[in-house]
Amino acid sequence: MCLAVPAKLIEQDGHHGVVDMHGNRLPVNTMMTPDAQSGDWILIHAGFAIERLDPEEARKTWALIADVQQAGGERAAQEPPQQGRSSEPSTTPGGML
Amino acid sequence: MSMTEHAVDDLLHRLNVAAKAIGRDVAFMEVCGTHTTSAFRCGLPSVTPSNVRLISGPGCPVCVTSQGDIDRLIDLGLRQDVILCTYGDMLRVPGKQGTLEAARARGGNIEIVYSSMDAVKLARQKPGQEVVFAAVGFETTAPATAAAICEAQRLNVSNFSVLASHKRIIPAMRALLAGGEIPAIKGFLCPGHVSVIIGSEVYAPIVKEFGVSCVIGGFEPAQLIAALVCLTELVVNNKTALVNQYPEAVHKKGNRWALALLEQIFEPGDARWRGMGSIPDSGLVLRREYQRFDAALRFNLPEPQEREPKGCICGKVISGAALPVQCKLFGKSCTPISPIGPCMVSSEGTCSAWFKYGNFRQAALPRRQEKELLEVQS
Ligand code: SF4
Repeated sequence: MCLAVPAKLIEQDGHHGVVDMHGNRLPVNTMMTPDAQSGDWILIHAGFAIERLDPEEARKTWALIADVQQAGGERAAQEPPQQGRSSEPSTTPGGML
Repeated sequence: MSMTEHAVDDLLHRLNVAAKAIGRDVAFMEVCGTHTTSAFRCGLPSVTPSNVRLISGPGCPVCVTSQGDIDRLIDLGLRQDVILCTYGDMLRVPGKQGTLEAARARGGNIEIVYSSMDAVKLARQKPGQEVVFAAVGFETTAPATAAAICEAQRLNVSNFSVLASHKRIIPAMRALLAGGEIPAIKGFLCPGHVSVIIGSEVYAPIVKEFGVSCVIGGFEPAQLIAALVCLTELVVNNKTALVNQYPEAVHKKGNRWALALLEQIFEPGDARWRGMGSIPDSGLVLRREYQRFDAALRFNLPEPQEREPKGCICGKVISGAALPVQCKLFGKSCTPISPIGPCMVSSEGTCSAWFKYGNFRQAALPRRQEKELLEVQS
Protein backbone atom coordinates (compact mmCIF):
# COMPACT_ATOMS: atom_id res chain seq x y z
CA MET A 1 0.00 0.00 0.00
CA CYS A 2 2.98 2.27 0.55
CA LEU A 3 3.85 1.83 -3.09
CA ALA A 4 4.87 5.10 -4.68
CA VAL A 5 5.74 5.46 -8.34
CA PRO A 6 8.01 7.98 -10.02
CA ALA A 7 6.65 10.14 -12.83
CA LYS A 8 7.58 13.36 -14.57
CA LEU A 9 5.63 16.49 -13.73
CA ILE A 10 4.62 18.17 -16.96
CA GLU A 11 2.15 20.82 -15.80
CA GLN A 12 1.70 22.67 -12.57
CA ASP A 13 -0.98 25.14 -11.45
CA GLY A 14 -1.39 25.71 -7.73
CA HIS A 15 -1.93 22.28 -6.16
CA HIS A 16 -2.99 20.78 -9.45
CA GLY A 17 -0.30 19.04 -11.40
CA VAL A 18 -0.27 16.76 -14.39
CA VAL A 19 2.26 13.96 -14.75
CA ASP A 20 3.32 11.89 -17.66
CA MET A 21 3.04 8.23 -16.74
CA HIS A 22 4.15 5.93 -19.56
CA GLY A 23 2.70 8.37 -22.07
CA ASN A 24 -0.57 8.93 -20.16
CA ARG A 25 -1.46 12.25 -18.63
CA LEU A 26 -2.58 11.86 -15.03
CA PRO A 27 -3.67 14.51 -12.55
CA VAL A 28 -1.72 14.71 -9.32
CA ASN A 29 -2.13 16.82 -6.20
CA THR A 30 1.09 18.70 -5.48
CA MET A 31 0.25 20.33 -2.14
CA MET A 32 3.01 18.27 -0.43
CA THR A 33 5.62 19.26 -3.00
CA PRO A 34 4.99 22.97 -3.54
CA ASP A 35 8.57 23.44 -4.71
CA ALA A 36 8.23 20.96 -7.58
CA GLN A 37 8.36 22.42 -11.06
CA SER A 38 7.47 21.16 -14.51
CA GLY A 39 10.16 18.77 -15.64
CA ASP A 40 10.87 17.45 -12.13
CA TRP A 41 10.57 13.77 -11.32
CA ILE A 42 8.21 13.17 -8.42
CA LEU A 43 7.07 10.19 -6.37
CA ILE A 44 3.31 9.64 -6.48
CA HIS A 45 1.26 7.88 -3.83
CA ALA A 46 -2.56 7.73 -3.77
CA GLY A 47 -2.93 10.70 -6.11
CA PHE A 48 -0.47 12.93 -4.25
CA ALA A 49 3.08 13.87 -5.08
CA ILE A 50 4.92 12.97 -1.86
CA GLU A 51 8.45 14.04 -2.79
CA ARG A 52 10.64 15.37 -5.52
CA LEU A 53 13.25 12.87 -6.67
CA ASP A 54 16.75 14.22 -6.73
CA PRO A 55 18.55 12.68 -9.73
CA GLU A 56 21.94 13.83 -8.45
CA GLU A 57 21.40 12.04 -5.11
CA ALA A 58 20.22 8.93 -6.95
CA ARG A 59 23.42 8.93 -8.98
CA LYS A 60 25.53 9.45 -5.87
CA THR A 61 23.78 6.62 -4.01
CA TRP A 62 24.56 4.18 -6.75
CA ALA A 63 28.13 5.32 -6.90
CA LEU A 64 28.38 4.89 -3.15
CA ILE A 65 26.76 1.49 -3.16
CA ALA A 66 29.18 0.35 -5.84
CA ASP A 67 32.44 1.95 -4.74
CA VAL A 68 32.69 3.58 -1.41
CA GLN A 69 31.27 0.77 0.66
CA GLN A 70 33.88 -1.42 -0.91
CA ALA A 71 36.46 1.04 0.37
CA GLY A 72 34.66 0.94 3.71
CA GLY A 73 35.04 -2.83 3.77
CA GLU A 74 38.76 -2.57 3.08
CA ARG A 75 39.20 0.08 5.73
CA ALA A 76 37.27 -1.98 8.23
CA ALA A 77 39.58 -4.89 7.51
CA GLN A 78 42.56 -2.78 8.55
CA GLU A 79 40.94 -1.58 11.76
CA PRO A 80 40.64 -4.00 14.64
CA PRO A 81 36.95 -4.74 15.22
CA GLN A 82 35.52 -2.77 18.11
CA GLN A 83 34.52 -4.59 21.22
CA GLY A 84 30.81 -4.22 21.93
CA ARG A 85 28.71 -1.81 19.99
CA SER A 86 29.49 1.84 19.62
CA SER A 87 27.32 3.95 21.86
CA GLU A 88 26.65 6.63 19.26
CA PRO A 89 24.94 5.79 15.99
CA SER A 90 27.79 6.06 13.55
CA THR A 91 27.48 6.40 9.83
CA THR A 92 28.97 4.09 7.30
CA PRO A 93 30.37 5.33 4.03
CA GLY A 94 27.01 4.53 2.44
CA GLY A 95 25.26 6.81 4.89
CA MET A 96 24.10 10.28 4.04
CA LEU A 97 23.43 11.46 7.56
CA MET B 1 25.96 -7.85 -18.83
CA SER B 2 24.30 -4.59 -17.87
CA MET B 3 25.51 -2.18 -15.22
CA THR B 4 22.78 -3.25 -12.83
CA GLU B 5 23.52 -6.94 -13.29
CA HIS B 6 27.15 -6.17 -12.54
CA ALA B 7 26.11 -4.25 -9.45
CA VAL B 8 23.84 -7.09 -8.30
CA ASP B 9 26.57 -9.69 -8.83
CA ASP B 10 29.02 -7.56 -6.96
CA LEU B 11 26.63 -6.95 -4.11
CA LEU B 12 25.76 -10.63 -3.80
CA HIS B 13 29.42 -11.47 -3.68
CA ARG B 14 29.94 -8.99 -0.87
CA LEU B 15 26.90 -10.32 0.95
CA ASN B 16 28.36 -13.81 0.83
CA VAL B 17 31.74 -12.65 2.04
CA ALA B 18 30.18 -10.75 4.94
CA ALA B 19 27.86 -13.65 5.82
CA LYS B 20 30.81 -16.02 5.90
CA ALA B 21 32.74 -13.61 8.12
CA ILE B 22 29.87 -13.62 10.62
CA GLY B 23 29.75 -17.40 10.62
CA ARG B 24 26.51 -17.66 12.60
CA ASP B 25 22.82 -16.98 11.99
CA VAL B 26 21.88 -13.34 11.75
CA ALA B 27 18.42 -11.84 11.21
CA PHE B 28 17.16 -8.47 10.03
CA MET B 29 13.60 -7.26 9.75
CA GLU B 30 11.80 -5.26 7.11
CA VAL B 31 8.68 -3.38 8.12
CA CYS B 32 7.19 -2.44 4.76
CA GLY B 33 4.73 -4.46 2.70
CA THR B 34 6.22 -3.08 -0.49
CA HIS B 35 9.65 -4.36 0.60
CA THR B 36 8.11 -7.78 1.34
CA THR B 37 6.62 -7.99 -2.12
CA SER B 38 9.70 -6.66 -3.94
CA ALA B 39 12.01 -9.02 -2.02
CA PHE B 40 9.97 -12.12 -2.82
CA ARG B 41 9.28 -11.07 -6.40
CA CYS B 42 12.97 -10.79 -7.20
CA GLY B 43 13.72 -14.06 -5.44
CA LEU B 44 15.83 -12.49 -2.72
CA PRO B 45 15.31 -15.32 -0.17
CA SER B 46 16.81 -17.82 -2.59
CA VAL B 47 19.99 -15.83 -3.23
CA THR B 48 20.76 -14.69 0.31
CA PRO B 49 23.33 -16.74 2.20
CA SER B 50 21.67 -19.37 4.39
CA ASN B 51 22.74 -17.76 7.65
CA VAL B 52 21.28 -14.33 6.76
CA ARG B 53 17.54 -13.94 7.17
CA LEU B 54 15.25 -11.06 6.32
CA ILE B 55 12.11 -11.41 8.45
CA SER B 56 8.89 -9.63 7.51
CA GLY B 57 7.52 -7.48 10.29
CA PRO B 58 4.38 -5.37 10.65
CA GLY B 59 4.62 -3.57 7.34
CA CYS B 60 1.42 -4.41 5.52
CA PRO B 61 -1.22 -1.79 6.46
CA VAL B 62 -4.13 -4.08 5.67
CA CYS B 63 -2.63 -6.88 7.78
CA VAL B 64 -1.91 -4.77 10.84
CA THR B 65 -5.43 -3.32 10.96
CA SER B 66 -7.10 -4.96 13.95
CA GLN B 67 -9.98 -7.33 13.34
CA GLY B 68 -12.25 -5.08 15.41
CA ASP B 69 -11.49 -2.12 13.15
CA ILE B 70 -12.20 -4.23 10.08
CA ASP B 71 -15.51 -5.43 11.54
CA ARG B 72 -16.50 -1.80 12.18
CA LEU B 73 -15.65 -0.88 8.62
CA ILE B 74 -17.77 -3.65 7.18
CA ASP B 75 -20.68 -2.78 9.50
CA LEU B 76 -20.50 0.76 8.13
CA GLY B 77 -20.34 -0.52 4.57
CA LEU B 78 -23.59 -2.38 5.08
CA ARG B 79 -25.52 0.69 6.23
CA GLN B 80 -27.90 2.01 3.64
CA ASP B 81 -27.35 5.63 4.64
CA VAL B 82 -23.59 5.44 4.05
CA ILE B 83 -21.37 5.41 1.00
CA LEU B 84 -18.10 3.85 2.12
CA CYS B 85 -15.04 4.86 0.12
CA THR B 86 -12.03 2.59 0.43
CA TYR B 87 -8.70 1.86 -1.22
CA GLY B 88 -9.00 -1.39 -3.18
CA ASP B 89 -6.63 -3.23 -0.82
CA MET B 90 -9.28 -3.50 1.93
CA LEU B 91 -12.00 -5.04 -0.22
CA ARG B 92 -11.38 -8.72 0.45
CA VAL B 93 -10.43 -8.73 4.12
CA PRO B 94 -12.91 -10.93 6.00
CA GLY B 95 -14.82 -9.54 8.97
CA LYS B 96 -17.54 -11.11 11.05
CA GLN B 97 -20.14 -10.00 8.48
CA GLY B 98 -18.09 -11.14 5.46
CA THR B 99 -15.89 -8.92 3.30
CA LEU B 100 -16.52 -5.44 1.92
CA GLU B 101 -16.71 -7.09 -1.48
CA ALA B 102 -19.53 -9.32 -0.22
CA ALA B 103 -21.18 -6.34 1.47
CA ARG B 104 -21.18 -4.61 -1.90
CA ALA B 105 -22.79 -7.62 -3.54
CA ARG B 106 -25.44 -7.47 -0.83
CA GLY B 107 -26.29 -3.89 -1.76
CA GLY B 108 -23.80 -1.96 0.38
CA ASN B 109 -22.68 1.32 -1.21
CA ILE B 110 -18.98 0.72 -1.43
CA GLU B 111 -16.80 2.78 -3.73
CA ILE B 112 -13.17 2.05 -4.49
CA VAL B 113 -11.19 5.25 -4.64
CA TYR B 114 -7.70 5.94 -5.90
CA SER B 115 -7.27 9.00 -3.72
CA SER B 116 -8.81 10.33 -0.51
CA MET B 117 -9.76 13.46 -2.47
CA ASP B 118 -12.14 11.37 -4.61
CA ALA B 119 -14.16 10.68 -1.47
CA VAL B 120 -14.52 14.41 -0.75
CA LYS B 121 -15.55 14.97 -4.36
CA LEU B 122 -18.19 12.24 -4.07
CA ALA B 123 -19.55 13.78 -0.86
CA ARG B 124 -19.99 17.09 -2.70
CA GLN B 125 -21.76 15.37 -5.56
CA LYS B 126 -24.14 13.55 -3.19
CA PRO B 127 -25.03 16.06 -0.49
CA GLY B 128 -28.00 13.95 0.65
CA GLN B 129 -25.81 10.97 1.62
CA GLU B 130 -23.11 10.37 4.19
CA VAL B 131 -19.72 9.57 2.64
CA VAL B 132 -17.19 7.81 4.88
CA PHE B 133 -13.56 7.35 3.88
CA ALA B 134 -11.85 4.21 5.21
CA ALA B 135 -8.51 5.66 6.24
CA VAL B 136 -5.89 2.94 6.68
CA GLY B 137 -2.17 3.04 6.10
CA PHE B 138 1.12 4.17 7.55
CA GLU B 139 2.64 7.64 7.43
CA THR B 140 2.97 7.41 3.65
CA THR B 141 -0.80 7.36 3.30
CA ALA B 142 -1.97 9.36 6.32
CA PRO B 143 -1.11 12.82 4.89
CA ALA B 144 -3.56 12.14 2.04
CA THR B 145 -6.29 11.62 4.65
CA ALA B 146 -5.28 14.82 6.40
CA ALA B 147 -5.41 16.66 3.06
CA ALA B 148 -8.94 15.36 2.42
CA ILE B 149 -10.12 16.55 5.84
CA CYS B 150 -8.57 19.97 5.19
CA GLU B 151 -10.38 20.12 1.88
CA ALA B 152 -13.70 19.08 3.45
CA GLN B 153 -13.23 21.76 6.10
CA ARG B 154 -12.34 24.43 3.54
CA LEU B 155 -15.36 23.65 1.37
CA ASN B 156 -17.59 23.03 4.38
CA VAL B 157 -18.56 19.52 3.27
CA SER B 158 -20.67 18.36 6.19
CA ASN B 159 -21.54 14.87 4.89
CA PHE B 160 -17.91 13.69 4.78
CA SER B 161 -16.15 11.78 7.56
CA VAL B 162 -13.30 9.31 8.00
CA LEU B 163 -12.96 6.07 9.92
CA ALA B 164 -9.29 6.36 10.69
CA SER B 165 -6.97 3.55 11.74
CA HIS B 166 -3.68 5.01 10.56
CA LYS B 167 -0.51 3.62 12.07
CA ARG B 168 2.90 5.04 12.96
CA ILE B 169 5.81 2.71 12.36
CA ILE B 170 8.36 3.86 14.94
CA PRO B 171 6.27 3.04 18.04
CA ALA B 172 5.62 -0.40 16.51
CA MET B 173 9.35 -0.99 15.95
CA ARG B 174 9.97 0.01 19.55
CA ALA B 175 7.21 -2.28 20.83
CA LEU B 176 8.69 -5.19 18.88
CA LEU B 177 12.18 -4.59 20.21
CA ALA B 178 10.98 -4.10 23.77
CA GLY B 179 8.57 -7.06 23.66
CA GLY B 180 11.25 -9.64 23.07
CA GLU B 181 8.87 -12.01 21.29
CA ILE B 182 10.66 -11.87 17.99
CA PRO B 183 13.94 -13.58 17.19
CA ALA B 184 16.84 -11.29 18.06
CA ILE B 185 17.35 -9.01 15.11
CA LYS B 186 20.49 -7.03 14.37
CA GLY B 187 18.86 -4.37 12.28
CA PHE B 188 15.89 -3.02 10.41
CA LEU B 189 15.49 -2.46 6.71
CA CYS B 190 13.46 0.72 7.18
CA PRO B 191 10.52 1.52 4.91
CA GLY B 192 11.47 3.76 2.00
CA HIS B 193 8.23 5.60 1.43
CA VAL B 194 7.23 5.97 5.08
CA SER B 195 10.68 7.53 5.52
CA VAL B 196 9.98 9.96 2.67
CA ILE B 197 7.38 11.48 5.00
CA ILE B 198 8.90 11.02 8.48
CA GLY B 199 12.55 11.53 7.50
CA SER B 200 15.66 9.56 8.38
CA GLU B 201 16.78 11.08 11.67
CA VAL B 202 13.75 9.78 13.61
CA TYR B 203 15.35 6.32 13.59
CA ALA B 204 18.46 7.52 15.42
CA PRO B 205 17.04 6.97 18.95
CA ILE B 206 16.18 3.35 18.05
CA VAL B 207 19.76 2.72 16.92
CA LYS B 208 21.09 4.24 20.10
CA GLU B 209 18.69 2.71 22.63
CA PHE B 210 18.36 -0.79 21.24
CA GLY B 211 21.72 -1.28 19.55
CA VAL B 212 20.23 -2.29 16.20
CA SER B 213 21.09 -0.74 12.86
CA CYS B 214 18.53 1.05 10.71
CA VAL B 215 19.09 1.11 6.97
CA ILE B 216 16.58 2.98 4.82
CA GLY B 217 16.37 1.24 1.48
CA GLY B 218 14.77 1.57 -1.93
CA PHE B 219 12.72 -1.05 -3.71
CA GLU B 220 14.74 -2.17 -6.72
CA PRO B 221 16.43 -5.58 -6.40
CA ALA B 222 19.89 -3.98 -6.32
CA GLN B 223 18.75 -1.49 -3.68
CA LEU B 224 17.32 -4.29 -1.53
CA ILE B 225 20.51 -6.32 -1.75
CA ALA B 226 22.59 -3.19 -1.09
CA ALA B 227 20.61 -2.66 2.11
CA LEU B 228 21.25 -6.27 3.16
CA VAL B 229 24.95 -5.88 2.36
CA CYS B 230 25.07 -2.75 4.47
CA LEU B 231 23.27 -4.40 7.41
CA THR B 232 25.45 -7.49 7.21
CA GLU B 233 28.74 -5.62 6.87
CA LEU B 234 27.79 -3.54 9.91
CA VAL B 235 27.49 -6.77 11.91
CA VAL B 236 30.88 -7.91 10.61
CA ASN B 237 32.40 -4.62 11.72
CA ASN B 238 30.64 -4.84 15.07
CA LYS B 239 28.90 -1.53 14.48
CA THR B 240 25.40 -0.18 14.64
CA ALA B 241 24.42 2.70 12.43
CA LEU B 242 21.68 4.65 10.79
CA VAL B 243 22.18 4.63 7.03
CA ASN B 244 20.05 6.31 4.40
CA GLN B 245 20.42 4.43 1.14
CA TYR B 246 17.45 6.17 -0.46
CA PRO B 247 18.55 9.82 -0.29
CA GLU B 248 17.09 10.72 -3.67
CA ALA B 249 13.71 10.71 -1.93
CA VAL B 250 14.36 10.58 1.82
CA HIS B 251 15.68 13.62 3.67
CA LYS B 252 16.76 14.00 7.27
CA LYS B 253 13.59 15.73 8.36
CA GLY B 254 11.19 14.11 5.89
CA ASN B 255 8.60 16.04 3.92
CA ARG B 256 7.79 19.11 5.99
CA TRP B 257 4.58 19.94 4.12
CA ALA B 258 3.21 16.43 4.61
CA LEU B 259 4.25 16.48 8.28
CA ALA B 260 2.59 19.88 8.75
CA LEU B 261 -0.65 18.49 7.32
CA LEU B 262 -0.49 15.51 9.69
CA GLU B 263 0.26 17.79 12.62
CA GLN B 264 -2.66 20.07 11.79
CA ILE B 265 -5.28 17.30 11.66
CA PHE B 266 -4.00 14.46 13.85
CA GLU B 267 -2.20 13.85 17.10
CA PRO B 268 -0.47 10.63 18.16
CA GLY B 269 -2.71 8.28 20.12
CA ASP B 270 -2.91 4.63 21.12
CA ALA B 271 -3.80 2.23 18.33
CA ARG B 272 -4.83 -1.41 18.18
CA TRP B 273 -2.67 -3.66 16.01
CA ARG B 274 -3.61 -7.13 14.93
CA GLY B 275 -1.81 -9.60 17.14
CA MET B 276 0.22 -6.90 18.86
CA GLY B 277 -2.54 -5.33 20.93
CA SER B 278 -2.72 -1.66 21.76
CA ILE B 279 0.56 0.21 21.32
CA PRO B 280 0.90 3.66 22.90
CA ASP B 281 1.22 6.56 20.45
CA SER B 282 1.27 4.20 17.48
CA GLY B 283 -1.83 5.67 15.88
CA LEU B 284 -3.13 9.00 14.68
CA VAL B 285 -6.31 10.39 16.21
CA LEU B 286 -8.19 13.43 14.99
CA ARG B 287 -7.50 16.62 16.92
CA ARG B 288 -10.44 18.04 18.85
CA GLU B 289 -11.03 20.78 16.24
CA TYR B 290 -11.57 18.15 13.55
CA GLN B 291 -13.57 15.59 15.49
CA ARG B 292 -16.69 16.44 13.54
CA PHE B 293 -15.07 14.45 10.71
CA ASP B 294 -14.71 11.34 12.88
CA ALA B 295 -17.06 8.65 11.56
CA ALA B 296 -16.83 6.65 14.81
CA LEU B 297 -18.33 9.62 16.69
CA ARG B 298 -20.76 10.63 13.95
CA PHE B 299 -22.30 7.15 13.77
CA ASN B 300 -21.80 6.40 17.43
CA LEU B 301 -19.96 3.17 16.60
CA PRO B 302 -19.49 0.74 19.49
CA GLU B 303 -15.97 -0.05 20.73
CA PRO B 304 -14.44 -2.67 18.43
CA GLN B 305 -14.34 -6.23 19.74
CA GLU B 306 -10.96 -7.84 19.18
CA ARG B 307 -10.86 -11.40 17.94
CA GLU B 308 -8.87 -13.46 15.41
CA PRO B 309 -10.21 -15.72 12.66
CA LYS B 310 -10.17 -19.24 14.11
CA GLY B 311 -6.82 -20.98 13.64
CA CYS B 312 -5.22 -17.94 11.97
CA ILE B 313 -1.86 -16.88 13.40
CA CYS B 314 -1.61 -13.63 11.41
CA GLY B 315 -0.86 -11.76 14.62
CA LYS B 316 2.31 -13.79 15.09
CA VAL B 317 3.23 -13.63 11.42
CA ILE B 318 2.94 -9.84 11.49
CA SER B 319 5.23 -9.46 14.45
CA GLY B 320 7.81 -11.81 12.94
CA ALA B 321 7.25 -14.39 15.71
CA ALA B 322 6.01 -17.09 13.31
CA LEU B 323 6.41 -17.96 9.66
CA PRO B 324 3.38 -18.53 7.43
CA VAL B 325 4.23 -22.21 7.02
CA GLN B 326 3.87 -22.61 10.77
CA CYS B 327 0.14 -21.91 10.41
CA LYS B 328 -1.87 -25.12 10.11
CA LEU B 329 -4.21 -23.47 7.60
CA PHE B 330 -1.48 -22.18 5.28
CA GLY B 331 -1.95 -23.50 1.75
CA LYS B 332 -4.73 -25.80 2.93
CA SER B 333 -7.93 -24.01 3.84
CA CYS B 334 -6.19 -20.63 3.52
CA THR B 335 -5.02 -19.65 0.02
CA PRO B 336 -5.15 -16.39 -1.95
CA ILE B 337 -8.37 -17.64 -3.56
CA SER B 338 -10.13 -18.24 -0.26
CA PRO B 339 -8.08 -16.35 2.29
CA ILE B 340 -8.82 -16.65 6.01
CA GLY B 341 -6.60 -13.94 7.42
CA PRO B 342 -5.44 -10.58 6.05
CA CYS B 343 -1.86 -11.77 5.59
CA MET B 344 -3.17 -13.98 2.79
CA VAL B 345 -5.69 -11.46 1.42
CA SER B 346 -3.36 -8.57 0.88
CA SER B 347 -0.93 -8.84 -2.00
CA GLU B 348 1.59 -7.33 0.43
CA GLY B 349 0.83 -9.86 3.15
CA THR B 350 3.58 -12.24 4.22
CA CYS B 351 1.38 -15.35 3.83
CA SER B 352 0.41 -14.31 0.32
CA ALA B 353 4.06 -13.72 -0.64
CA TRP B 354 5.07 -17.13 0.78
CA PHE B 355 2.23 -18.83 -1.03
CA LYS B 356 2.97 -17.22 -4.39
CA TYR B 357 6.75 -17.49 -4.27
CA GLY B 358 6.84 -20.64 -2.17
CA ASN B 359 9.62 -22.31 -4.13
CA PHE B 360 12.07 -20.09 -2.37
CA ARG B 361 10.91 -20.83 1.09
CA GLN B 362 13.08 -23.76 2.00
CA ALA B 363 16.12 -21.83 0.85
CA ALA B 364 14.98 -18.98 3.07
CA LEU B 365 15.15 -21.07 6.22
CA PRO B 366 18.35 -21.59 8.07
CA ARG B 367 18.82 -25.22 8.96
CA ARG B 368 18.08 -24.85 12.64
CA GLN B 369 14.77 -23.21 11.91
CA GLU B 370 13.80 -25.90 9.44
CA LYS B 371 14.20 -28.37 12.29
CA GLU B 372 12.06 -26.24 14.62
CA LEU B 373 9.47 -26.01 11.89
CA LEU B 374 9.24 -29.73 11.49
CA GLU B 375 8.78 -29.99 15.23
CA VAL B 376 5.95 -27.45 15.16
CA GLN B 377 4.23 -29.22 12.29
CA SER B 378 4.54 -32.73 13.65
S1 SF4 C 1 -2.00 -18.79 6.39
FE1 SF4 C 1 -4.00 -17.79 6.45
S2 SF4 C 1 -4.88 -18.38 8.39
FE2 SF4 C 1 -2.69 -18.83 8.52
S3 SF4 C 1 -1.76 -16.98 9.40
FE3 SF4 C 1 -1.68 -16.73 7.19
S4 SF4 C 1 -3.56 -15.62 6.68
FE4 SF4 C 1 -3.84 -16.43 8.76
